[in-house]
Amino acid sequence: MPAFSTPISGILLSIVAAGFFAAASTTQAHELTGFVGAETRLYPNSARYIGQDDHSASLVFKPEYYHEFKDGSSFTFVPFYRLNSADPERTHFDIRELTFLWLQDDFELRLGVRKVFWGTTEFFHLVDIINQFDLVENIDFEDKLGQPMANISFSRDWGTLDLFWLPYFRERTFPGKGGRLRGATVIDVDQAEYESAAKEWHSDWAFRYSHYFGDWDVGISQFIGTNREPTLLDGTGSNGDAIKIPRYEQITQTSLDMSFVTGEWLWKGEALYRAGQGNENYYAWTGGFEYTFTRIWSSQMDLGVLGEWMYDTRQEKATNAFQNDLGGGLRLAFNNSASTETLFGWVQDIESSARLLFLETSHRFGDNLLLTAEFRAFVNQPATDFLFESRDDEILQIELAYYF
Amino acid sequence: MKRVIYIFSTVLFFIANPTLAETPEEKGLAIAKEDDKRDNGFQNFTANMVMLLKNRQGEESSRNIRNKTLEVEGDGDKSLSIFDRPRDVKGTALLNFTHKVGTDDQWLYLPALKRVKRISSANKSGSFMGSEFAYEDVTSQEVEKYNYKWLRDEDIKGEKCFVFERYPVYKNSGYTRQVVWLDQKDYKILRIEFFDRKNSPLKTLTQTDFKQYLGKYWYPGNMYMENHQTGKSTLLSWSDYKFQTGLSDKDFNKNSLKRTR
Repeated sequence: MPAFSTPISGILLSIVAAGFFAAASTTQAHELTGFVGAETRLYPNSARYIGQDDHSASLVFKPEYYHEFKDGSSFTFVPFYRLNSADPERTHFDIRELTFLWLQDDFELRLGVRKVFWGTTEFFHLVDIINQFDLVENIDFEDKLGQPMANISFSRDWGTLDLFWLPYFRERTFPGKGGRLRGATVIDVDQAEYESAAKEWHSDWAFRYSHYFGDWDVGISQFIGTNREPTLLDGTGSNGDAIKIPRYEQITQTSLDMSFVTGEWLWKGEALYRAGQGNENYYAWTGGFEYTFTRIWSSQMDLGVLGEWMYDTRQEKATNAFQNDLGGGLRLAFNNSASTETLFGWVQDIESSARLLFLETSHRFGDNLLLTAEFRAFVNQPATDFLFESRDDEILQIELAYYF
Repeated sequence: MKRVIYIFSTVLFFIANPTLAETPEEKGLAIAKEDDKRDNGFQNFTANMVMLLKNRQGEESSRNIRNKTLEVEGDGDKSLSIFDRPRDVKGTALLNFTHKVGTDDQWLYLPALKRVKRISSANKSGSFMGSEFAYEDVTSQEVEKYNYKWLRDEDIKGEKCFVFERYPVYKNSGYTRQVVWLDQKDYKILRIEFFDRKNSPLKTLTQTDFKQYLGKYWYPGNMYMENHQTGKSTLLSWSDYKFQTGLSDKDFNKNSLKRTR
């Protein structure tokens, strides 16, 4: 179970204490919200590797405490816990947020654990690098671990400038032996290696400038520090089994993300240059469009059509599944009282037959219950494909959550 | 010489036709301009809104939304709408910069991902949050967005009203025309009838429970929109209006969108 080590716990406790102390002195508004949910994962195909199950059941709890002070400063605490039946690695606790925001006229200072999103595209979040991904939570790279940081943000007429100091690194979570959605060889997170002697205490830095110019939104970012994406090395486990060892290198990444809106068209692009990962510096980009048809078939429904291209100059040596792929999607919003939404997606490898299909849908019952269902399939994966070893892990995931 | 003749003939025209000094179009525009003038100068306000949706079968569901609005001199208003309920969309926020001419600038904040997303505002006829209100019904109403034509004067519940038509001049409107009942004393919009692109009756908006703020501005407490074609309706109930609360440009940018709650 990934957990914060003792010194960082001390820092976090101090922030909590300071937050509650300040809260007691100048109370403006506070609230407790969040959700509790039950989830099941079903795999139509039998498990390929020993130790894996064909289904799992899981409980999740994510409360959110928010306190706002009179001057607009605030304190937020979002712990997270998941209990999982099949894979102990997926049973995990995390502090998603524990932030004190100091709001001033000239700047915003945020101290603590936070989540930050960079980017514009839908299929692959290429430039998003501040947080580590919580891969056991879901494989869609949208769940992230809380990142300890100090972030100062200046908003001016000429745009917004963000500086990040990231004093502690979070290791990526990976499914264990009992988990599906993994490769043939289990990744042993306990043997993680670092390029930096400071290991997870290496100070990482990031800078970002973002602004909008009429119909254009632009972000330019620089990241210097520990790569969130590990290189996987061959190793031996404590019981003599072959395992993979994650190694976290020092990298610099320069990136650009932008969007341009014209009529019903929304054009998006992200690009990066990364140095320090493996032997080869590389470029990667992704971009495309989103077009929305409003009130289709004379109904309340809106239909969004998505198309994006993903490219990585490392080609077959790319460390993700999107070295040269096309993504297409349809997003149907029913605009009904239950806020029913469905997204169908298709990612096709341009150089092979490999494709990834997914269907995500959500529907609200009453005021507080949300049902979400996701189906993912890995189709026609050739032996050379990044996802080949997960080819039997078609998954149907159903979650019912109560929001309070 | 030509100019002298022109002035002479113009003068002669007005002397000869005193009743034609104002066409119905001019009168409609004049009413809209006066209405806009009376709405100017509020600077900013915050308010809470409960949206009650009802379908043909009478099933109800509600949404709670907080609204912040900033008046922008020489352009449309800036507004921020934040969802409180249903809880699964809590914290979702919409930042809108209205423009007198052209499309608005809109950003959506998705709290689960902490993502600010630029969205297209071209589809003005799209449903606002699943309600019977379209985006074009809830964004800042500017004089320049319509052409006008005064129809008649008429009483609604004892209040003397101007009745005029307005025709959207912006692209992608869901309407050919709207018929507006505006009370002559306080310039409160009491009723609007909306006609779809085929010019069939589509919706009727009825506004009631007006209150005066800052001794000047009249805002409705209830906005009831009934869709005649689907049998569905939406009631927007406004409360806790607070004016001149110290909001500024800084409360209406992408950074402030990220810290909304």
